Amino acid sequence: MNLSQIKSGQKAVVTKVHGDVFALKLFEMGVLPGEQVELENIAPFGDPIAIRVGESKLCLRLEDAAHIEIELSEWKD
Amino acid sequence: MERLITVALVGNPNCGKTSLFNALTGLNQKVSNFPGTTVEKKMGQTMLTDKVKLQIIDLPGTYSLYPKSADELVTYEILRNKSETNFPDLVIFIADASNLKRNLLLYTQVCDLGVPSILALNMMDVAERRGIEYRLPDLEQALGVKVVPINARKRTGITELKQELINHLPQSHVSYFNLNRLNQDMLLELSAATDKRNHYAALQYSINAKDFITEKSARIKGIFDRYQFNIRQFLEDEVFERYHLIDEAVKASRVKPKDNLRKSLTKKVDAILTHRFYGIGIFLLLMFLIFQAVFSWSTYPMDLVEMGFSLLTEYVKTTLPAGVLNDLLVQGILAGLSGVIVFLPQIIVLFFFIAILEDIGYMARVGFIMDKVMRPFGMNGKSIVPLIGGMACAVPSIMASRSIENKRERLITILVIPLMSCSARLPVYALLISMFIPDTAVWGPFNIHGLVLMFMYLIGFIAALLSAWVFKNFIKQNNQQNYFLMELPGYKMPLASNLLITLYEKAGAFVFGAGKIIIAVSVILWVLASTGPKDKMNAVTLKYQTEMARMSDAEKNEAIIGGITLKQNADFLEASYAGQFGKFIEPAIRPLGFDWKIGIALLTSLAAREVFVGTMSTIYSVSGADDNLDSIREAMQREQNPHTQKPTYTLATVFSLLIFYAFALQCMSTVAIVKKETGGTKWALIQFIYLTVLAYGSSFFIYQIFG
Repeated sequence: MNLSQIKSGQKAVVTKVHGDVFALKLFEMGVLPGEQVELENIAPFGDPIAIRVGESKLCLRLEDAAHIEIELSEWKD
Repeated sequence: MERLITVALVGNPNCGKTSLFNALTGLNQKVSNFPGTTVEKKMGQTMLTDKVKLQIIDLPGTYSLYPKSADELVTYEILRNKSETNFPDLVIFIADASNLKRNLLLYTQVCDLGVPSILALNMMDVAERRGIEYRLPDLEQALGVKVVPINARKRTGITELKQELINHLPQSHVSYFNLNRLNQDMLLELSAATDKRNHYAALQYSINAKDFITEKSARIKGIFDRYQFNIRQFLEDEVFERYHLIDEAVKASRVKPKDNLRKSLTKKVDAILTHRFYGIGIFLLLMFLIFQAVFSWSTYPMDLVEMGFSLLTEYVKTTLPAGVLNDLLVQGILAGLSGVIVFLPQIIVLFFFIAILEDIGYMARVGFIMDKVMRPFGMNGKSIVPLIGGMACAVPSIMASRSIENKRERLITILVIPLMSCSARLPVYALLISMFIPDTAVWGPFNIHGLVLMFMYLIGFIAALLSAWVFKNFIKQNNQQNYFLMELPGYKMPLASNLLITLYEKAGAFVFGAGKIIIAVSVILWVLASTGPKDKMNAVTLKYQTEMARMSDAEKNEAIIGGITLKQNADFLEASYAGQFGKFIEPAIRPLGFDWKIGIALLTSLAAREVFVGTMSTIYSVSGADDNLDSIREAMQREQNPHTQKPTYTLATVFSLLIFYAFALQCMSTVAIVKKETGGTKWALIQFIYLTVLAYGSSFFIYQIFG
């Protein structure tokens, strides 16, 4: 499953990020394998999406989100 | 002796860097460009003690020292290059306490580069509200660095920060990331080839520089290849390792979070502001509000500016002895200047809204909401703000497009901004529309004049989207950075001092940046319009002299009342170089339905489009100058074609002229700013040509259909 398939309110764990510059940029912005992500908002026209990762909120297009593999989960705490 | 210490402010975007910069320097700051780039360089000064002066540089926010945009590259270059004049003696690293982990990633990189740093922990209040608290002594110990808590927006902790600067100059630095795992021979070779400061600096430089096309980069590549060094893997390992180190430091110093925390407001606010219906509604409402503010509320201060200028013009005109200097000042410089300054209120109002929306964090949401709409046209969500700004003035809007990281999307945005109908076109539209529709005509509850005006704005917007779509198919995508990734910062209350400083800076940039060009163009045009081939000019003088000589005194008085001086001025204009130019281009513009008189106006409009109105009033020798739209209109309506004896301004000509003014790039300030922002003549030239072709083609088409 990848991040573009996540549904509103769902939480997941990042397992792998594909791509070179894009992946590194995501790592630098705190989106790392093992981090938990949550879908917070969807833009009015259905794309892009806004996710919460740790203490940051990022938005990205669905086509980019498809490069991020995730596994659905529940918050641990 | 006074000592000067250079301090750089470094941090992630949205960490409060600019607020701290403003708190430290106030209005004592200067904005320029980093050499060779269009990235803004903000510098300011403050006295640390009687003996020590601080020179502070606000570096663009970045997430790491492996730059991915022009802004980030600047930050890296300044921190990397010891021989750089702005190389800091010390870095104040600003970290957002509510997002410490990610912020510290960059911090550890800066330390490892070997630049002495001090850590300012900002937004402790925001963090506390989210239940995040740190024991600062533990954090200091874990990181091995002095930590100063500050609140840049409330301006607390600034004195302590300054005190810390005094105590810790020069500061020894710590290092975090261990390079022992790598082949030491390779590091030695890289250091020898590049940066001898330390191995990390050398490796980092090598990775960033390997793709440049220089002799050095070829050597670097050779070294990497020989040791079979996997850069992608190393970069990933580096980030993970740093996060691991940071995690431990953060865990060791974090106060255990209390239960029942207030959930962050951001999610709730975003649920409304980016909502499918409310979100779009609020966005449209805000845009409407800005539109209203720019176009109706700004008219009062604009009237004041105009009044001030006409008083000044009158004063200069009557005080200075008549002659060339008087004419140059009045008709050249003052006329040109007032054409610029009159837009200042609109620009201040526009930037006031943009700055406030930026400061509270809404602008990022606009990008989020509109991205999908702009994408098919090769732009992204962040393009919408400069496009809207284009309706006030293209010049500051093109500067505002800097926030778009993707180079291609930014370029496309810049290329189409001038198609948005700017306020300089407003007086031209008003004059032309009133030629075929009386101001008073209504259609139901609507004023038809207003509807046609709105239609002109719509045409501009549609043309901008279509042109963007065309450019999208021509400009190549840089596939390395073909992504849209944006942080949505937490909402904040707007800060008056930040707003005022931004406005002060934008207004200054507009007046001094665009002002210079407009004055130069105005002076050139004035020379062209007031001088001409000697024989032709003399002929005009002679004609009126003989005419006046034939008259009796009573007839002379009558002639003066009847506007003989105005007629003489019109004849002079016809004989001038500008007039010659109009006649010269007449064959080219005749298919558009324009005569040589309009040709003159097209030329003078290059200073600023609204000069069209003034030129028309001169050509048709209408007294009362600019404001007297009605009399210009009547004179234009009376005008007949000397060959056909039919009115010059047929519906077809007026439509054609309207479209021409909607599309043509008759603004030298825009050309100059585009040249500056795109870093060369190429795109400014392409833009000028495509807009001219578009304007000419559309006008031709319109005239042939209606004519």
